[in-house]
Amino acid sequence: MAKKEEEKMEGETKEELVKEEVQEEHGEVDEAKQPMEEADSSEEPTEAEEKKEEMTRERVEAMQHFVFKQVSSIVFGVLSPKMLKKMASAKIVTPELYDKEGYPVDGGLMDVRLGVIDPGLRCKTCGSKLKECIGHFGYIELARPVIHIKLINIVYDLLRSTCRECSRILIPEDKIKKITKQLDTIEEEEGIEARRAMVKKVIADLKTINKCPHCKAKQNKITLEKPSTFMENEKRLSPIDVRARLEKIPDEDCVVFGINPVASRPEWMVLTILPIPPVTVRPSITLESGERSEDDLTHKLGDIVRINQRLFENINAGAPEIIIEDLWDLLQYHVTTFFDNNIAQLPPARHRSGQPLKTITDRIKSKEGRIRHNLAGKRTNFCARTVISPDPMLQINEVGVPLTVAMKLTVPETVNEWNAAYLKKFVERGPGVYPGANYIIRPDGKKKKITDETKEAALEELQPGYKVERHLMDGDVGIFNRQPSLHRMSMMCHRVKVLPYRTLRLNPVVCAPYNADFDGDEMNLHIPQTEEARAEAEILMEVQTQIVSPRYGLSVIGCIHDGISGNYILTKMLSMPREEAVELLSSAGVMDFSQLPGKKVVSGAEIFSAVLPADFNFRGKSKSGEEVVIENGKLVKGVMDKVSLGGEGAGLLLRSLHKKYGAAETVKVLHRILCLGVETLVKHGLSALISDTDMPDEANEKIQNILNTAEEEVNQVIEKFKAGELDAYPGKTLKETLELKILEILNRSRTKCGVVIKEYANKNAFSIIMAESGAVGSYLNISQISACAGQQVLRGKRIEKGYKGRTLSHFKKGDLSPAAHGFVRHGFKHGLKPHEFFFHAILGRDSLMDTALRTPKSGYLYRRLANAMQDLRVEYDESVRDANGRIIQFKYGEDGIDVARSESGKIDVQKIIDET
Amino acid sequence: MAKKIDITKHVLVPKHTLVSEAEKKRITDNLKLSGSELPRILKTDPALAGLKAKDGDIIKITRISRTAGETIFYRRVISA
Repeated sequence: MAKKEEEKMEGETKEELVKEEVQEEHGEVDEAKQPMEEADSSEEPTEAEEKKEEMTRERVEAMQHFVFKQVSSIVFGVLSPKMLKKMASAKIVTPELYDKEGYPVDGGLMDVRLGVIDPGLRCKTCGSKLKECIGHFGYIELARPVIHIKLINIVYDLLRSTCRECSRILIPEDKIKKITKQLDTIEEEEGIEARRAMVKKVIADLKTINKCPHCKAKQNKITLEKPSTFMENEKRLSPIDVRARLEKIPDEDCVVFGINPVASRPEWMVLTILPIPPVTVRPSITLESGERSEDDLTHKLGDIVRINQRLFENINAGAPEIIIEDLWDLLQYHVTTFFDNNIAQLPPARHRSGQPLKTITDRIKSKEGRIRHNLAGKRTNFCARTVISPDPMLQINEVGVPLTVAMKLTVPETVNEWNAAYLKKFVERGPGVYPGANYIIRPDGKKKKITDETKEAALEELQPGYKVERHLMDGDVGIFNRQPSLHRMSMMCHRVKVLPYRTLRLNPVVCAPYNADFDGDEMNLHIPQTEEARAEAEILMEVQTQIVSPRYGLSVIGCIHDGISGNYILTKMLSMPREEAVELLSSAGVMDFSQLPGKKVVSGAEIFSAVLPADFNFRGKSKSGEEVVIENGKLVKGVMDKVSLGGEGAGLLLRSLHKKYGAAETVKVLHRILCLGVETLVKHGLSALISDTDMPDEANEKIQNILNTAEEEVNQVIEKFKAGELDAYPGKTLKETLELKILEILNRSRTKCGVVIKEYANKNAFSIIMAESGAVGSYLNISQISACAGQQVLRGKRIEKGYKGRTLSHFKKGDLSPAAHGFVRHGFKHGLKPHEFFFHAILGRDSLMDTALRTPKSGYLYRRLANAMQDLRVEYDESVRDANGRIIQFKYGEDGIDVARSESGKIDVQKIIDET
Repeated sequence: MAKKIDITKHVLVPKHTLVSEAEKKRITDNLKLSGSELPRILKTDPALAGLKAKDGDIIKITRISRTAGETIFYRRVISA
């Protein structure tokens, strides 16, 4: 019942009629509540015990009296005047709100029969108190009918498509049947949307017919003078005339218009009775000064009632037609703005201060409206948000929660025989001492705050069946999230670890799936409140379960930065005394040294092998193309780098670990590997030096040679172009061809520089190690520092902007040389020439703009894609279908492979056979 | 002189073939189709030229697929 009435209030255009099944129930609840006289249940602890018991009994009784019904269908329609009167509990006749004592006037807009908004009062209609009574509708009888502004277009269509004499639809008898049938078949085949489209088409054709096929009467042209006046041949049709015509439309014809005559007769679209929403919908606010401030809707309704009364008086007094018509128009205006205060042709109704009133449509519509803000809005309790920071000492599936936050977020735990003593300790400590509790919840759902005063009572009261909302503790589960949540990996379940300070902390390894960094990013943490939610989060969302990405079938989570370069250094160049190795391993959290050979001096590869499972076999390639072989848990050949250990589509070693040992074990090994890498660097040291990018003279000479020849080559091409000897590429002009050729030559020269750098670079320099292992940076970056920054490309071309015929004023007009169009010959370490620096700055600015503009655009594209695909799913026959069962793909992904269970989207059957 | 081009021979146009009655029954049974689940294709679609397709026929389209090499797709013929 409650739901039904609220819906009616909200869906003011097409009010709902929930089919009878949901009804009743109300009376029964009423009875149950009857004995609960006086004193609300926010009881005093000093009360006598019998009283307490009695109330508990009542509460239980009230709960048992809920009657559960199933909604079998919902019908949308327009409410009839009869229905409006039936559901109303008061007739409103006066615009006055309160009498001299400040008590609501009977028959006024704040009539007590419309519900309660003051604490302590009881509802005259249902007898329940504030918050229990959901409010009741009232009605006013309009002195003259007015048209419902939200239905004006339907009324317009109906008027134009029906005969002015006999009110039949302007379609011959035989055709009506045919069209009705067609509508039914199209609905069956293609759904309700298609039916609506066809109705629209049918109606569109009727507007030009000027002779009724039934009674042969001539039809006049009817126009709608916005917002709500109908004109027939320059003569005005009053709402009374309109209603008369609509009344005459037979039920059978309504169907053709797509109107269900049982739920909504056309004439009901012209209002004779206006429903008054309950006061609970428009509560008044008492200001500090004791003054009452009414809701916008009440103001608007006051206007309506006032004008309505005046209209009544004038009609009864036999006032001249002009006065009555003016008042009628005014009534129409007020009713219209009551529904919608943003009608294009109407000035919006305003407060005395000049700000427009917020009426029904404003409440529902747009981003701040009921639907998008309240219904589709996803705000929750039991969540936290702060800045994030890294903590590599955390496990990968942990999240560090500040103590202050842990004392606010709670987990409800049900008291039973076995944990009663344990939970009592929490209550004893209360909200102020860390592992304490903030609330207890009685079995009837009543929440009680624990304070120093209520602590004793709460402790005494506590018994099995009660719940204790205790502070968040280590090991609790939480869902950790960073927006934009584009991924399922953007929300993962972590274990709570309560830590000091004020940031949420995460292992840097999970930055990749969240796309997080620590330049001020904030993240959200949600604490599931029920066993079911916790189980679901643990099984479906925990970090372990998300290692393999459903996008490309490889791990998204892997070592980053120091984890990669550390293991690279360890496996490639280190060896140390056994004692040191043990120290290193134990600082990385490895306690089992049985796999470490008993030699005096152990190699880095042997140390690394100690963290791998003993029966692990792996074959792969390193970044530089060497073979990597792991046999029986021993790294026998090759080095560890990004290809083996990395995340985001690399990390082949991790992927095969995952396949063989499962998610949980992989996380453990990954954490060990990461710690080992980090600890290695702590021991060995890693720091980028300026001298890392120093090149021997020989290399510098070679680079200068490359650049000189490239410039020479470009000049030759330019000469050829000027002489007209250049051959154009297909589909390109000569000038374009020239530009392409120049670009190609210059880009090639930079690549060549890169090759030289790679050849001469000191492989033991830290920057080179970082690039070589794939931890961070690349050879391209290094060659840009030590050799040449290269051509600056703006929108696929060399830089052309600037002055007329030249980029900067110190070049000659028409200069086509590399330097004049953004070729930066020098490396960053050597330093750029002023013009080179300028060109480089152009590009830097451009890319900044580009990212700033592209992000919202691609975000919107993604949103549309996600919305279009939200109801697709893979059926048991491997076809992809939408909610209507329509086929989108005959086989999922055309190959039927679940990418998350594949390796890089492929399933290698031979490999599976070999391994088993 | 405008040259008549047979678009069905073009590389970008996948192969469309008419499905036999027996095959049609097999497809309908396998996918448990009741009527409107299949994607549609207009009878007037240029790729159907020369196939003599009727309303309700099923067209088999053999496409090159990036993931599966070659994939089969079905469409139901409709008129306007």
